[in-house]
Amino acid sequence: MHRLAVLLFCVSFSPASLGLWNNPYPDSQTNENILYSSFSERPKHLDPVRSYSAGEYAFIAQIYEPPLQYHYLRRPYTLVPLTAVNMPRVTYIGADGSRLPHDTPVIDIAFSDYEIQIQPGIRYQPHPALAKNVQDQFLYHSLSTEQVNQVHELSDFKETGARELVAADYAYQIKRMANPRLHSPIAGVMAQYIVGFAELGEQIETALSELEDGVFLDLRQFRLAGVSVVDRYTYQIRIRGKYPQFLYWQAMPFFAPIPWEVERFYAQPGLKEKNITLDWYPIGTGPFMLTENNPNLRMVMARNPNFHGEHYPVAGEEADHSKGLLADKRKPMPFVDRAVYSLEKESIPRWNKFLQGFYDNSGIASDSFDQAIQFNPQGEAALTAEMSDRGIRLSTAVATSIYYMGFNYLHPVLGGNGERARKLRQAISIAVDFEEFISIFRNGRGVAAQGPIPPGIFGHHPGQSGINPYVYDWVDGRPQRKPLGIAKKLLREAGYPDGIDNRTGKSLVLHFEAIGAGPDEKARLNWIRKQFKKLGIQLIVRATDYNRFREKMLKGKSEIFLWGWNADYPDPENFLFLLYGPNSKAKKNGENASNYTNPEFDRLFEQIKNMENNAKRKRLLDQMVTIARRDAPWMWGFHPKDFSLYHTWVRNTKPNLMANNTLKYVHIDPKLRTTRRQDWNQPTLWPLGLIGGLLGISIIPAIISFRRREKSTAL
Amino acid sequence: MIAYIVRRLLYAMPILIGVNLLTFVLFFVVNTPDDIARSQLGDRRVTVQAIDTWKRSHGYHKPMIYNGNAQGFGKLTDTVFFQKSLRLFAFDFGRSDSGRDIGYDIGQRMWPSLAIAVPTLVVGILVNITFGLLIAFFRGTYIDFWGVVTCVILLSVSSLFYIIGGQYLLSKLFHLVPISGYDTGVNAFKFLLLPVVVGVVSGIGSGTRWYRTLFLEEIGKDYVRTARAKGLSEQRVLFRHVLRNALIPLLTGIVVVLPLLFMGSLIVESFFGVPGLGSYTIDGIQRQDFAIVRSMVFLGSVLYIIGLLLTDISYTLVDPRVRLQ
Repeated sequence: MHRLAVLLFCVSFSPASLGLWNNPYPDSQTNENILYSSFSERPKHLDPVRSYSAGEYAFIAQIYEPPLQYHYLRRPYTLVPLTAVNMPRVTYIGADGSRLPHDTPVIDIAFSDYEIQIQPGIRYQPHPALAKNVQDQFLYHSLSTEQVNQVHELSDFKETGARELVAADYAYQIKRMANPRLHSPIAGVMAQYIVGFAELGEQIETALSELEDGVFLDLRQFRLAGVSVVDRYTYQIRIRGKYPQFLYWQAMPFFAPIPWEVERFYAQPGLKEKNITLDWYPIGTGPFMLTENNPNLRMVMARNPNFHGEHYPVAGEEADHSKGLLADKRKPMPFVDRAVYSLEKESIPRWNKFLQGFYDNSGIASDSFDQAIQFNPQGEAALTAEMSDRGIRLSTAVATSIYYMGFNYLHPVLGGNGERARKLRQAISIAVDFEEFISIFRNGRGVAAQGPIPPGIFGHHPGQSGINPYVYDWVDGRPQRKPLGIAKKLLREAGYPDGIDNRTGKSLVLHFEAIGAGPDEKARLNWIRKQFKKLGIQLIVRATDYNRFREKMLKGKSEIFLWGWNADYPDPENFLFLLYGPNSKAKKNGENASNYTNPEFDRLFEQIKNMENNAKRKRLLDQMVTIARRDAPWMWGFHPKDFSLYHTWVRNTKPNLMANNTLKYVHIDPKLRTTRRQDWNQPTLWPLGLIGGLLGISIIPAIISFRRREKSTAL
Repeated sequence: MIAYIVRRLLYAMPILIGVNLLTFVLFFVVNTPDDIARSQLGDRRVTVQAIDTWKRSHGYHKPMIYNGNAQGFGKLTDTVFFQKSLRLFAFDFGRSDSGRDIGYDIGQRMWPSLAIAVPTLVVGILVNITFGLLIAFFRGTYIDFWGVVTCVILLSVSSLFYIIGGQYLLSKLFHLVPISGYDTGVNAFKFLLLPVVVGVVSGIGSGTRWYRTLFLEEIGKDYVRTARAKGLSEQRVLFRHVLRNALIPLLTGIVVVLPLLFMGSLIVESFFGVPGLGSYTIDGIQRQDFAIVRSMVFLGSVLYIIGLLLTDISYTLVDPRVRLQ
């Protein structure tokens, strides 16, 4: 046992390990072109039909290739072809089946046809589901029990195969989305648009109910009226009416191709019991493939040897040249050979490993914010000297998200379009100082919102023209929250002078629905309470867990709440629909959590939702934002600002909040990384000697005392 | 003895049913099947129909404990509780709410838990017994006094402090071991050092005090005085007589925790990034995955019962006077 321990110690801490005792990676990986990063939560699903979170997209977006993608460098966010040859060809169809010109009014358009032609010659990654023998038969489509017993992971299948990507694979995946047993989160949305989608879902459900659980149902035998394969490389999707945002969905993994053979393969008995499913072992045509899938420890992606090839963009924004973001233009991607993502649940170890050079990038947790960031007198964030000395780079971007404090429009005091309630909401909107909130609780990582549309999205106005005139004034070239006196005046006009209801003579008491009330939350809740107190309003916090909170929201029982939204795609419709009356959460289970309703706003929304971005749409958007600002169903809250840190050996890192397939652009200098790691992680051995010495010294008196006792006589 | 074991195992059945029922009630007081469905499907764009479909396909559409619409035994069996819990008694854990096979995951994740727990237990026992004996030997001296004071200080410190402090000192400051992570085979050694050291050090305070108490109790007994009167050295008295006779209470504490070593440590695994059963349980709770929570609570209960049974059996081995009837 003792010898074994010595052997293990020697193996682990031998001089051959380059002196880096704290290196969490095998020494053989030193100088390899590998990106090291982390993930904090294990993904729930890796099936593109189900995945819908950033954590899951971090993996599958590198593997699956939908027909479109976002340009990496260009802003505003622009869609470009990925596997498609060109952008989809859109044809509008009238109710009588005739083709309509592009300037046809929306009301006359019955259907839109999206014809997508993909590039020939694209091949899937090597996968056992596609392996064939010399007789052109699938090797692993009829596994025996014995074969299944010998398999524990997908890599246990010795043979792999590949085949060309065809248009039918895209059609197959859309059918999978309709499969109710696969629980696609966007099935409900797609059923509204794709012709025949809902009907197909019912047919599949009927067919599945007649089959035993787990038996393969070949979706090729089902017809989806709205999806047709035109030829080997072309397919067409027919949607109801006009819905220009449909293109954005084509850049999401939901619309990535799945070969039928893979579903057939994974449906074999025994594989599911070993967690060998499409939900855990993806197959794609992208630049990377998942070679190690241990979501409890590590996910490793390696280059797909069959990748069709793609080149780094040649143009971007003006500043991209000076930032060195075009140094790799026209070079073939991907640049890294592998990417190793380690599960790191706690922020402290994650941060320390980043500082030691064992992670190439990192976010910034609250605990380490002051160590990493300082603000200059102009209020701009910059790295501390410690970070700068290490050559770390800071990258910031305002997220296409919004966190807002909503009023329940169904509430008798706060809700409705009456003047009294509106002025009350406006007064509160002035009093709740979100600039202070951002400064105290988010370390300055956010921008106070002026309306529902975040920066970078069509319809957002920067500068003076973009301020919310009900809450802000433009002073010295920046928005300044109106004085509290204005809020008090509004409150008086609303019938609540100094927070006293002039109808009842009692204090105005409102309730805030809080999620959680732990020590971290307490300071935040106290701050919110104080904001209302500035107006004399008594705010009672009703703390609950997220489930109960959600239940209250669904039942419309809330009064004031804090919630947020991340963009699915960079279109104002994706934010304004959160205020669209028919999307009311309490009435229709929609995403309009404040249950806001204004007929004029709703009318304008119905106009803009199907329009392309043009001057008219911008004008209508301005009208909508003006209405919403006046009605103040939300205190507009803030748009979070993402802070990311990169080591000096990482290149081509430009924040792209829409694209998820960004790994292929990242460039690493492994030699520089090795040098820096060596500099930063030399083991310090004197503490071991010190501990040994202290133990030795402390044991000497005991030994002396022991001997004395042993030699002493009883009398 | 066999009759005794069988009887104890039979007694365990109502206990396990009770534990299952309690877990079920507590879980569903906090989470409704709709909540579980929403946590699995996500918050965005989820329709009522999608929630219903999810519940139906995962068996959460049935009544919870009593089905008034069913006939005969169906009133009890055609319920979420019965359908989800009965199979546990055959150690069929089923699939998690996110679709993974729980039995497979437990099989994979118990090894990292054991890799930390076993050396921590063994080394911890050795260290604690050594310190316990040492302090007992020097009872009434300044070594005893300062030893006890140090133990009280050590056991007053939160285990989280040991973890963060250990990571800071040994890894961040001195670069001696990786801060966190895990690997298989020989490569696991360097990742296990820090959690094991932290586990042992954090247990010294309470362990040593407990063992000291045990040894002092034995030292005061007549047979020890007799041994000393015979002229035996203090070493022989302590190691031959005192240690052996203190084995029964020692076993009570050790054997009972042996099966629970499989269950891992919630905090240690989370901080050190070890993919064991402790972090699996935490994941299940955070994700509101009833299937995982139910399975882990059941497994924990079974192992605890086994631990108690093993303790009883071990008594007979170390003390021939004890008979199990």
